[in-house]
Amino acid sequence: MSAPVIDPVRPAAPDTPAGRITKAQRTIPARFDTALGWNDRPGLAWALRILLCLIALAVFAAPFLTIFSGAFTANPSGSSLSFLPHDSTLLNFRVAGERGIWDYLGNSLVIAGGGLLLQLVVCTLAAYALARHRFRGQALIMMLFMMTLMLPEEVIAIPLSLVLGDVPVVHLDLKGTVWGVILPLGAWGFSVMMLTEFMRDIPAEIEEAARLDGVGELRMLWQIILPLCKPALGVAGVLGFIMIWDQYLLPLIASKDPTDYTVTVALSILRTDPEVGSGVVLAGAVIALIPSLIVYLLLQRSLVTGIAAGATKG
Amino acid sequence: MTATVPAPAARKGMGRRAFDKKAVVPWLFLAPGLLLALVFKFWPMAKGIWLSFFDVRPFLGDKWIGLENYSRVLTDHRFQDAIGHTLILGMGQSVGAILLGFALALLLEGQARSLKFLRTAVFLPAVTATAVVGELWRLMYYPTSDGLLNSGLHFFGLGTVQFLDNPDIALYSTMVMGIWIWAPYNMVIFLAGLAGVDRSLYEAAAMDGVSLWQRLRFVTLPAIRPALMIVLTLATIRGLRVFTEVYVLTGGGPAGSTDVWMTRAYTLGFTRNDIGGASAASVVLLCVTLLLTVLVNHLRTRGEAR
Repeated sequence: MSAPVIDPVRPAAPDTPAGRITKAQRTIPARFDTALGWNDRPGLAWALRILLCLIALAVFAAPFLTIFSGAFTANPSGSSLSFLPHDSTLLNFRVAGERGIWDYLGNSLVIAGGGLLLQLVVCTLAAYALARHRFRGQALIMMLFMMTLMLPEEVIAIPLSLVLGDVPVVHLDLKGTVWGVILPLGAWGFSVMMLTEFMRDIPAEIEEAARLDGVGELRMLWQIILPLCKPALGVAGVLGFIMIWDQYLLPLIASKDPTDYTVTVALSILRTDPEVGSGVVLAGAVIALIPSLIVYLLLQRSLVTGIAAGATKG
Repeated sequence: MTATVPAPAARKGMGRRAFDKKAVVPWLFLAPGLLLALVFKFWPMAKGIWLSFFDVRPFLGDKWIGLENYSRVLTDHRFQDAIGHTLILGMGQSVGAILLGFALALLLEGQARSLKFLRTAVFLPAVTATAVVGELWRLMYYPTSDGLLNSGLHFFGLGTVQFLDNPDIALYSTMVMGIWIWAPYNMVIFLAGLAGVDRSLYEAAAMDGVSLWQRLRFVTLPAIRPALMIVLTLATIRGLRVFTEVYVLTGGGPAGSTDVWMTRAYTLGFTRNDIGGASAASVVLLCVTLLLTVLVNHLRTRGEAR
């Protein structure tokens, strides 16, 4: 681990969304850059900061090492967990594979891929109408999408499970199909809000010019608006993926039998299986962890921007 | 939310003509989202409210029983315990995660590359699926003396703790995990707030010779007030509907000591097949959530107006 050093020479990059740092501010000494006035002069405060950073790292990141070390350890019976594996082996993954972990991962990937695609399409379409059109009842529709945020799966779980078993009007039984998980994730208020805010900021001149060229609505969205929305789409994509991957109750109530579970829900099956040890559970956890880890590490910048934007916009 | 008032020109264009193409277009774009929200959010909500007044009996037909489900749920001592647990867990978790998140933000604020690396690493709990985190903490809480946390305690000469098996401790063990998950998330929001603080205020404060504490109290805190309100709103709603953490970590046990409102409703609805009672419990939770959201929003707008 590299020790945290604040570099006063390096110009402050405007990577934090809320505060673009102007040239004038860059000349201010480093001790005014942070609320606590940290600086890199070796001393008591400096040493204290390094110590605290190491503790933070140990508390929040080190437990993830135990997942990996345990997954690659022959039989870590829960007791011999440590931060580094003693003897590496792939046995746990083989056992987890025999218990169908790859099928569960397949379910998860189909649901995450399909759900995210549907969510992005649905939310983009809705946001386009809300941001670039004026119509009666606009405020009401906006409020409806806001309300979807206040209706989390937990609160409507019991009636939702009934609806999934018999969708009104069409009388379809979605239980046991991936659609039972994908469709309820389609309209996500957060994405609609964020994309609407972003699309509103696109200057009207661009749209008007395209209209003069006879561009229709769909082409307008696809060729003019969407390319300008790439950052917002990135945020919606990452947050949406993490939200979908984190689903627990929805895959549980939408399933007919355990083979329909997603990989995160299926961990409980591994855990309650008396024939396998915690190494196998951890191998499953690694498999459930890797996709979100990849998405996070590749796109963490837009994720952090998104959370921050949600926070400052309110 | 800014309500968009239809411009006079647009309104004139819409007119009274039923098949004005321009007026139909936005609704075509909204249709998929509205349809999905209607079928999978609002219809279940309405159905839940409806069912909460019935004794739901498969094959026999539902029987209207008025508020009986509500009185049954609200007088059930296990639900009463669950209210207490939800409040303790929700508040403890929220306050802990806010304080720790703020401390983390203060610690990891800065432009250095190593700090970015640290922030990335510390944020991991917030991007990991709750179920995975739950399994991880179950193993860390392993109750024997060679469990990870217990061996740590042993190192400091302390005895073994039955983190999840002792009814007196299990709820607090769950709370610690909740704080661990949400503190990094709050950290990011606070960092965004801190980045917006006017740096020249710090300089001015330094020239006036104020102490570090005064600087935090009178410069930093007022500046990050909006971020704090967001974090509070999110935490309140999250705390009330807490389910997955508890369900994965303890399943409500031991002896119901970690049962929260939603795990109780889940057991009632899915294990005991009491759909009416479970619906009533969900409606109560829904009402409280809506009430709190409105209240917090009201306080927020009043605070901003001041």
